[in-house]
Amino acid sequence: MAYGPHTPDDRAAMRKAIGVASTDELFADIPAAMRASELRLPPPESEAELASRLSRLADRNRVDLVSFLGAGAYRHFVPAVVDQLLLRGEFYTAYTPYQPEISQGTLQTIYEYQSMIGELTGMDVVSASHYDGATAAAEGALMTCRATRRERVLVSRGVHPHYRQTLCTYFGGADLVADEIPLVAEGPASGTTDLVALERMLADPERPVAGVVVANPSFLGLLEPMAQAGRLAHAAGALFVAVVEPVSLAVIASPAAYGADIACGEGQPLGIPLSYGGPYLGILACREPLVRQIPGRLVGMTTDIDGRRAFVMTLRAREQDIRREKAASNICTNQALCALAASIYLGAIGPHGLRDVAAMGAARAAALEVALAEAGAPRLHPGPYLNEFAVRVPDAAEVHRRLLGRGVLGGLVLATVEPDDPSLADALLVCATEVTTLDEIEVFASALRDEIERGRQLGLPGIAEASR
Amino acid sequence: MTAAGDRLGPTLFERSHAGRGGGKVPHPPKDALARIPADQLRADGPHLPEVAEPELTRHYVNLSQLNYSIDTGFYPLGSCTMKWNPKVNEWAARLNGFASLHPFAPDELAQGTLQLLWELEQALAEIGGMRAVTLQPAAGAQGELTGILMVRAYHRSRGDMDRTEVLVPDSAHGTNPATASMAGFKTVSIPSAPDGGVDIAAFRATLGPHTAAVMITNPSTLGLFESRIGELLEAVHAVGALAYMDGANLNAIMGRFKPGEAGFDVMHINVHKTFSTPHGGGGPGAGPVGVGEKLLPFLPSPRVLREADGRFRLERPGERPDSIGRVRSFVGNSGVLVRAYAYIRAHGAAGLREVSDDAVLAANYLKSQLAGVLDVPFSRHCMHEFVASGASLKAETGIRTLDVAKRLIDLGYHPPTIYFPLTVEEALLIEPTETESLETLDGFVAAMRTIVEEAHSDPELLHSAPHSSPVRRLDETTAARQPNLRWKGMTGEQTPCPD
Repeated sequence: MAYGPHTPDDRAAMRKAIGVASTDELFADIPAAMRASELRLPPPESEAELASRLSRLADRNRVDLVSFLGAGAYRHFVPAVVDQLLLRGEFYTAYTPYQPEISQGTLQTIYEYQSMIGELTGMDVVSASHYDGATAAAEGALMTCRATRRERVLVSRGVHPHYRQTLCTYFGGADLVADEIPLVAEGPASGTTDLVALERMLADPERPVAGVVVANPSFLGLLEPMAQAGRLAHAAGALFVAVVEPVSLAVIASPAAYGADIACGEGQPLGIPLSYGGPYLGILACREPLVRQIPGRLVGMTTDIDGRRAFVMTLRAREQDIRREKAASNICTNQALCALAASIYLGAIGPHGLRDVAAMGAARAAALEVALAEAGAPRLHPGPYLNEFAVRVPDAAEVHRRLLGRGVLGGLVLATVEPDDPSLADALLVCATEVTTLDEIEVFASALRDEIERGRQLGLPGIAEASR
Repeated sequence: MTAAGDRLGPTLFERSHAGRGGGKVPHPPKDALARIPADQLRADGPHLPEVAEPELTRHYVNLSQLNYSIDTGFYPLGSCTMKWNPKVNEWAARLNGFASLHPFAPDELAQGTLQLLWELEQALAEIGGMRAVTLQPAAGAQGELTGILMVRAYHRSRGDMDRTEVLVPDSAHGTNPATASMAGFKTVSIPSAPDGGVDIAAFRATLGPHTAAVMITNPSTLGLFESRIGELLEAVHAVGALAYMDGANLNAIMGRFKPGEAGFDVMHINVHKTFSTPHGGGGPGAGPVGVGEKLLPFLPSPRVLREADGRFRLERPGERPDSIGRVRSFVGNSGVLVRAYAYIRAHGAAGLREVSDDAVLAANYLKSQLAGVLDVPFSRHCMHEFVASGASLKAETGIRTLDVAKRLIDLGYHPPTIYFPLTVEEALLIEPTETESLETLDGFVAAMRTIVEEAHSDPELLHSAPHSSPVRRLDETTAARQPNLRWKGMTGEQTPCPD
């Protein structure tokens, strides 16, 4: 075996002590008729062979393209200290701090994580983490139903499609209703949450609303009228859930500032690698009155019997191992190591560094907007954005595919994730962060200009139509 | 706020000093945010700590040293499988090709990861005897939810709307009943028989046309293989219900028992238990779910597919209309799954079988050595873990299992899981795993003997244990009554200056 210490002599000694002649005897409880057929797997590999196989697989992925892809997962610079500290075996090979006396490292770092996210969101209570932004949003929406004893939430179509789909899966399971708030179709607010529709949906006396869920920035990158949406929700007795992006909170208004009751979001931008979708970090936070509704672990400060400061998991009566079928959620394992990565990242980058990251992304995005517009791909929506926006590109899917051949990953073809929305049929969602360079923007814009021109000369239908 | 003790340093907030740190990223132009409307901007920057890199590093390294971990010692935490986490797996997950791949990267850029995920699905399906596997769930508990939502979708697809109950043995993990509730089902608890298995008579009496599924942990949380499993599965299917296997303890039976082959319809797998991915202080994990033929159409979307030409791709939205949908964003915890894949490839079939054999051998050895020290309520051979009980010790000396656990800390061990399963008085659930040497196991037995002797000779030593840990027993009551859940005390020089 690859990692075990047992020699044949060790095994013989153990069998002798147990009083069995063979290990097979220990499995006598498995009924004969149910014993496994032969296990068929590829042969074992030495570490050298395995390392070579894994390197080859990793190399089959293409991560060398100039990328403008965001859409819920973002490229950022991660200071070297983050991974160096994460590799401390005392952190990553420990488990849930059930024995607080020998888990103060994990417990204090979680408390500090809760505190840092509390600072960013302005919320009083931060859970010790959820799986990702999507499940955090679903759990946040479920909290509103428990708190208000109502069974319907309204979710803006500006929330990430994966979050909406996950929320629907969770709500379907719980026999609760999630209705979609449409986006404004045209005018200066186009692409943002339709407040008129929201007000109308909230007014239905037969179907009272537990919570209203809006993302800021939205999936399309737009800054939303959060304060107004929150006021409408509260006027109808509903709670207001903000889906946020943590780096943006260094510069844009915090959920507390616009009156949100619950904040949730994806913590990946805080020093966590893209890793094809996970492990990421579900941020879930709330105001103090909702503390007993929040699912997931919470760490509190207390003292030991000698009066020294110490940390411990607390308010455990909400959790599955205590409350079983009456628990706030079935969540057990969370994303503690990712929460630690986020804390170290925030500690390393600091408050001014985080503002620089957010503001530099905004500056690069503004340069990208200008360059793409000049290349023939204007913005789809007029409203303010931070560092991500949609552009109209004739035959977006084909152009996007051809850009790959030129070494450019030109954002996300919106039709692939929102196939039912005709307004997004020929559009790319593009983003810039502090790692985007002006040279990269020029490479993208120039390649895009060529491809749009090429399509026009070939008379591709989408492009011909767009040029009319 | 209390002062930090001698071993616990100040929080990062207390270490903050305005003007320290920085230099990680370039400064943006001054007018970078000028185009954003003022009412969307944050009035006052977040009060995050400002520390320089040396102090930051010492803060976290010193904190890490307050933790007990597999890398530092024996961690026989039953039901959690604290086995060795191979270092090559950490290296592999950090390869740039894996770590820097964006989840929305087009399939043609993601062939390496897609191939790895597809091969991992095949391997897990083979190990579990299942028809297919989804890797999407982010943790075991989410795998449970995924499985039970598929059960629900299956019954509904047949117009069978009256199945409102999920049966769960009383020894089950708390996640089972919590999952049933999240999926809209009522939990019905089934009592255990005296031998630790399911009480068959009570089980049959509970089964009926309202039963949607039965969730069985096998081996059970008592570390026992359910020897009447054939009878149980037959009874479940006879009433039209489905059999859910909680695969938390799959690490005991690889190559010996394939749940899908035996008749289970669905099973989740905790990769941080069976397949050595690190526990990370409480995550991240991953909770792949295997299904048989009946649940195939309902698997979450997207699945990883292999085309006829050998290329891999993700399923497109809406491609499989009966899917229960998404249970999270993107494709899954790919970075964790790289580690699980590496573990399986390192072992192969014979190696995985040996993993289970050695885990079971070590547990039975430890049980045989502790049999004269503590009560061992179930005498039959155990699987990968076993339950001991401090009931007699408590009756004789007044020392509770909690005291034994805390004293183990002084002697250099992480305590076993205590007071679980709920069905055994003063329980200690002990799981040595296959990666601990005979010397380590013997050392643990000697420590337990010492503690039992101390319980008779010096009980106060145990009541007040631990004595050597960074902090001593905690005031959990005050923590819950007056929760202090975040630092709000940055003052003076600690507070960052405005930009």
